[in-house]
Amino acid sequence: MYVWDFTPVLANAGLLAQGLVNTLKVTGTALACGLVLGLALALMRLSRRRLAAWPAGFVIEVFRTTPPLVQLFWFFFALPLIIGVEMTPFLAAAVTFSIQSSAFFAEVFRGGIVSIERGQWEAARAIGMTQPQAMRRIILPQAVKRMIPAFMERAIELMKTTTLVATIAYADLLFAANEIAQKTFRPLETFTVAALIYFVVITAFSLAARRLERRFAVSGETTVH
Amino acid sequence: MQWDFASVLANSDALLVGAMGTLRIFAICLVAGLGLGLVVGLGRYSRRRWFYWPATAFVEFFRNTPVLVQILWFYFALPILMPFSISPLAAASLGISLNSAAFSAEIYRAGIQSIERAQWDGARALGMSFLQAMRRIILPQALKRMTPALTNRAIEIFKMSTLASAVAYVELLQQAKLIASLNFNPIEAYTAVAVIFFACLWPMVQLTYFLERRLARDE
Amino acid sequence: MTILHVQGLAKRFGSHEVLSGIDLDVAKGERIAILGASGSGKSTLLRCINFMEMPDAGTVTLDGKVVGRRERELTAVRQRIGMVFQQFNLFPHMTALGNVMEGLRTVRRMPKAEAAARAERELARVGLSDKAAHYPAHLSGGQKQRVAIARALAMDPELLLFDEPTSALDPELVGEVLGVIRALAEEGCTMLLVTHELGFAYHVATRVIFLADGAIHEQGTPDEVLKDPKKERTRAFLARHKEFSL
Repeated sequence: MYVWDFTPVLANAGLLAQGLVNTLKVTGTALACGLVLGLALALMRLSRRRLAAWPAGFVIEVFRTTPPLVQLFWFFFALPLIIGVEMTPFLAAAVTFSIQSSAFFAEVFRGGIVSIERGQWEAARAIGMTQPQAMRRIILPQAVKRMIPAFMERAIELMKTTTLVATIAYADLLFAANEIAQKTFRPLETFTVAALIYFVVITAFSLAARRLERRFAVSGETTVH
Repeated sequence: MQWDFASVLANSDALLVGAMGTLRIFAICLVAGLGLGLVVGLGRYSRRRWFYWPATAFVEFFRNTPVLVQILWFYFALPILMPFSISPLAAASLGISLNSAAFSAEIYRAGIQSIERAQWDGARALGMSFLQAMRRIILPQALKRMTPALTNRAIEIFKMSTLASAVAYVELLQQAKLIASLNFNPIEAYTAVAVIFFACLWPMVQLTYFLERRLARDE
Repeated sequence: MTILHVQGLAKRFGSHEVLSGIDLDVAKGERIAILGASGSGKSTLLRCINFMEMPDAGTVTLDGKVVGRRERELTAVRQRIGMVFQQFNLFPHMTALGNVMEGLRTVRRMPKAEAAARAERELARVGLSDKAAHYPAHLSGGQKQRVAIARALAMDPELLLFDEPTSALDPELVGEVLGVIRALAEEGCTMLLVTHELGFAYHVATRVIFLADGAIHEQGTPDEVLKDPKKERTRAFLARHKEFSL
């Protein structure tokens, strides 16, 4: 019978904590960049100008239809040779996951924008708004509200995807767990603890997301006094 | 710089071996993941507590942990509890299949729930048992509604198959790593596998779009 | 004094010709009711005047200046021509006051306090001062349409376009909206009104236009067109609206 012993894992709790911080760092960076870039890609793809729509469509389709690990390897091993710039694991991960999530966010944005009734555009145009003004003041605020559940789901997917950085030796939570497992010869305890940490953090995020969705679902519909 | 795909083509036999590996794990996980997902999905729909709660716990756990963590757990941690060792293929298949089962279970559940009560009533009125009604009346209708989401899952499984390279299972990405390190041509090697994956997944993605449009039109 | 001059306005959707060369002059203070069967091009005519639809041919001249097709000219013209829609099209994420302020703030760049004061005056004009803080979801159809009218009025339009403003309303709510439009008429607002309310058109309009097949079939004073139509099709149209009582 195997005797479980978590003390070696606890002794390395600092490494795991640092790993978790690094995981959150990659997730946060990719989320922030991905949202901004995703909105830009969505607006380009919706544009009537082919010169804007086609490249955006290309980026979106390529990053949605290739495996993220292949993208990560390409950005880490291939891109530095092409552009002649040294890539740190963090930079490669941030770039890959920013673009990758922006491709998904772009489709979320696009779906939200096209879901807004034509009458809203017309009413905005009828009081003399320009296209960008109508988008910013009338369409996006309504669209974003509808997109929140999809955003949350994507953000959680992103956090799970960031574990791939461990394969290019970025010291995220999974990489830290792997190090500890090899050092202490306690892979069972270490990987179990790592899995539980992910489970707790991601579950907490999805619970928070669900609450936020409910809040947004009711706000704006109520009367302000 | 000069692109030199000749060095990749020279290793096309290695890529072929990788492609076979990718297809093998994809097929295993597709069948196991979507099959087990149906069972778990029925559990999520069930009113029996001994069935509902384990299914729910399963779904929550596997949806809320990264699949790569699951694969590494099965590869490094599980063998300690087992009297035998676990191959890279087995570890990766377990991780990807269980993860896919959790996600597809929710697709099945939503699909089954979307069928109107009247269909159940009609089937039960004919004297069908729960399982007969499910198999003959409910599932066939629900499956049609679920097809786009399930094809999407298949695409995700195909993409996830690359994670098997983390435990050195021989598939396309693993072979690209090998070719890149042997020939010092990471640009061409990784670009080549990216293109191969894109070429395989693009038709599947288009199929999903088509199915979504057809479903939207039919309903 | 002519403020709007429309010449040779044409529009087709695919192979279907909706407007085939409309000529129309609108003088300041005129109230023109546009009638016609569904599909006769009434709404399209209205929507081409403020370029919600791009006309395929013809010109729109506002205050002696031909309107071009550049974005800047179009937004400028739309600020001077207000439009009220059948489906209200209020902005659901803004309060009634916010809806009325929106054009002033975003398009006119008016300071917030000033825009709010102006918006409150417009809401008072349509009798909805007490609903200023309500979101559209909490307003009745009639109230929504009155907010939409206030939103158009806030921009000081030289001309108001009403596109079947009461067609989407429950019968008991029609009166309050027509009341607001009648009050505007009494203030001397210039307006083009597409409507099925023939009685209202008779009492409020200074001129009635009957459209058929995308062209002006007959026009004149309400008495001429509604009581003593010269053309057969106009007569047939009026006969079909039996509830019409002058």
